[in-house]
Amino acid sequence: MKKTCFDIEGMETAWCPGCGDHGILNAIKTSFDNLAIKPGNLVMVSGIGQAAKIPQYFKTNYFNGLHGRALPPAVAIKASNPELTVVAESGDGDMYGEGGNHFIHTIRRNPDITNIVHNNMVYGLTKGQASPTSQRGFVTPVQVSGVMSEPFNPIAVAIALDASFVARAFIGDQERTSEIIEAAITHKGYALVDIFQPCPSFNKINTYKWFRENTYYLEDSFNNSEKLAAMEKALQTDKLPLGIFYKNEKPTFAENSSTKTPGYKKTVDFNRLNKVISSLR
Amino acid sequence: MAFLLPKNGPDISIVLSGEAGQGINTLETLLTHVAKLSGYHVFSTKEYMSRVRGGSNSTSIRISPERVYAAVDRIDLLIPLTAASAERIKTRVTADTLIIAEGKCVSEALSRSSGGFIEIPFTKTAKELGKSIYSNQVILGLVAKLLAFDMDILEEKLTTAFATKGEEVVNSNIRAARTGYDLGSALISEEKVLPTIKKASGNHSKVTEEILLNGAEAVSLGAIAGGLDFIAAYPMSPSTGVLTFLSKHAEEFGIVAEQCEDEIAGINMALGAWYAGSRALASTSGGGFVLMEEGVSLAAMIETPVVIHIAQRPGPATGLPTRTEQGDLELALYSGHGEFPRIILAPGSLAEAFYLTQKAFNLADKYQSPVFILTDQYLVDTVTNTPAFDTDALQVERHIVETEADYKRYTVTDSGLSPRGIPGYGRGLVMVDSDEHDEEGRITEDMNVRTTMVDKRLRKLDLIKEDIVEPTLIGNKDAGTVLIAWGSTLGVVREALTRINTKQILFVHLSQPYPLHKEVLALVNGADKLLVIEGNATGQLARLIKLETAREADALILKYNGLQFTVEEVVRRIGEAL
Repeated sequence: MKKTCFDIEGMETAWCPGCGDHGILNAIKTSFDNLAIKPGNLVMVSGIGQAAKIPQYFKTNYFNGLHGRALPPAVAIKASNPELTVVAESGDGDMYGEGGNHFIHTIRRNPDITNIVHNNMVYGLTKGQASPTSQRGFVTPVQVSGVMSEPFNPIAVAIALDASFVARAFIGDQERTSEIIEAAITHKGYALVDIFQPCPSFNKINTYKWFRENTYYLEDSFNNSEKLAAMEKALQTDKLPLGIFYKNEKPTFAENSSTKTPGYKKTVDFNRLNKVISSLR
Repeated sequence: MAFLLPKNGPDISIVLSGEAGQGINTLETLLTHVAKLSGYHVFSTKEYMSRVRGGSNSTSIRISPERVYAAVDRIDLLIPLTAASAERIKTRVTADTLIIAEGKCVSEALSRSSGGFIEIPFTKTAKELGKSIYSNQVILGLVAKLLAFDMDILEEKLTTAFATKGEEVVNSNIRAARTGYDLGSALISEEKVLPTIKKASGNHSKVTEEILLNGAEAVSLGAIAGGLDFIAAYPMSPSTGVLTFLSKHAEEFGIVAEQCEDEIAGINMALGAWYAGSRALASTSGGGFVLMEEGVSLAAMIETPVVIHIAQRPGPATGLPTRTEQGDLELALYSGHGEFPRIILAPGSLAEAFYLTQKAFNLADKYQSPVFILTDQYLVDTVTNTPAFDTDALQVERHIVETEADYKRYTVTDSGLSPRGIPGYGRGLVMVDSDEHDEEGRITEDMNVRTTMVDKRLRKLDLIKEDIVEPTLIGNKDAGTVLIAWGSTLGVVREALTRINTKQILFVHLSQPYPLHKEVLALVNGADKLLVIEGNATGQLARLIKLETAREADALILKYNGLQFTVEEVVRRIGEAL
């Protein structure tokens, strides 16, 4: 892979050999590079988990917050300084489990941020328990008789909430993943990119081979502006579609808010405040 | 004409009671404004049930030619709109209480225990005027006449209050008030024994120039003056007034105001906003704050400033949602896992609520630490007049640096404070991490770095301790007995001590309970007798004082039934404790 301004020399990751995270790191760097994003103008926001360590491996601004809580600060960072590019990134457990409530309501707000979710259908850092996206029957040290709960379908949930951009990628294909991420970043509004990635250490079911055999790209003729068609594809589970399911541009959180000026450049309008105070006479 | 002056002071204490939805709040707003515009000081508190309709609520309004600071038990004039609400407060009715109400609202027993009952068919009168909802304006007019307020002021206030509803509504309300005014005249000419107040003296114009507001508005205005850019909050009594007021004024002041999905999102958004260079407020009550605790811990670790307003109410759990308590001092003091510095402010008045909230933003920015503002239901719902807030000396003191290319967010310094950069301002990168991190902000598990960083963060407390809000001292420093209070009890203790009129007590009020001011530690150590008054069950400030000074309080004056202290109660309980 070619060098980018986001590279850190001599950097070592905490990821296992063969982990999909390596590919995602490369794909995102390529996307940032292709879009000529400057490290100083980008903020990566993440939670906790193996995927959430990704900002550590970039030369850029980052806010590595709490487990499940990447989205709320990401929304506020973008609202506080709309000039920044904001990417919120974490794993499936972080975004869909611990942070599930924020996932729902961030979509409703439609902030102009990109939400990348590493989806390996298992918990890595805590060593192999089920994640919200684990498939039924998946046996783990905790789910000893296999997962009994219905897997969370982030694509269908996002479309149901009328997310303005909904896509799924598979890191076995870095090039297409990069293209999808670029489309997500350039899209104005909230953009979800759920990325299938194998976990060679704790998920022996959903391997590279499994994902290759069980996914396909949406046809070129697929119209991603039609919500019902998108939902139909999202609900398909025999073979899992990849690509951009749904796009619907609409006013963003910042556009709906009263302020466009970065917070640190603002001054208090004391004259106006004095008028409000006087009005209480 | 035979007028009865209230026995315990120059003021009159009027209590309005009824069901939720009967318009008591509107009546309170109109009456307090008309009184203030007539040159009188007002102080109004309310107690209400956690429901939208029905139940029994009451609002206690003191109107006085002199400044009033607190609630009293005494009722000079009771106007119940329902029988149940009158029964609920019957223990406050004495031979000095006059009741004016419809017959169905007053039981025989209640009437007997009072000093007199004048029956007026408010609803019937209002219906004759068109609609029963005008009965509140009939009451307003009647009270205004008894207190010798000018009908012109009343008309002016009703005109502005109902202006948006059209001329017909304004005129109907004025007609109803005038009817009430005439009823008042009739009562006076019948030479009934009626309560009234001394004429407002020379300071008339001064009072009319003052502002009239509640505690939630004072906190909100302080936040705006503190440079607020962002508020995300989840509605929760009794803190909701702050979110409402700031949302109303958001566009005007370029504030992003968002109702968030939960309190966890609220504080994490606030931290994102501060990280990106904005100033943000998290506002909630105790039950919402416990959800924010992980965020407090995050603020400490990433050394990102944050201001947190907790409007306290009785717990545990849902507790008494619409009542008051000072039960969350220790919650704020020990919130968040790990060891780190913090600042806790607790305003004692509406003026302090404004100025200290403004200051909280500068403190948070300066010390890169969580700053708490502890109010309570009593304070946020108190309506009183106060000199208009003076913004001339106020400044938004930002402590943000433009970063150089080699910028490190957590540079180790002697003071413990690392210059705070923000993303997109300067040539450097700003990396913050909830994991233990090195100077650059990257994850580390180096034990030496860990120790260095813990020490660096804790050193900020030494700086904070040199910058504490001065305690308010009332009385003689050599008095012998030291009485300590914190937060919203400032007014009630002050007024109680004026009544007791003793030289034996030095009153020390803390608007910053943590860290404790050096002078407080010295006064505590030098006290012959130490009394602590708090609106909680276990004496949380007393425990903190003992922790810091090894001095145990000789007596605790505590209250935790959900209601605020009253002046009479504090007078009595100080007497018992001395």
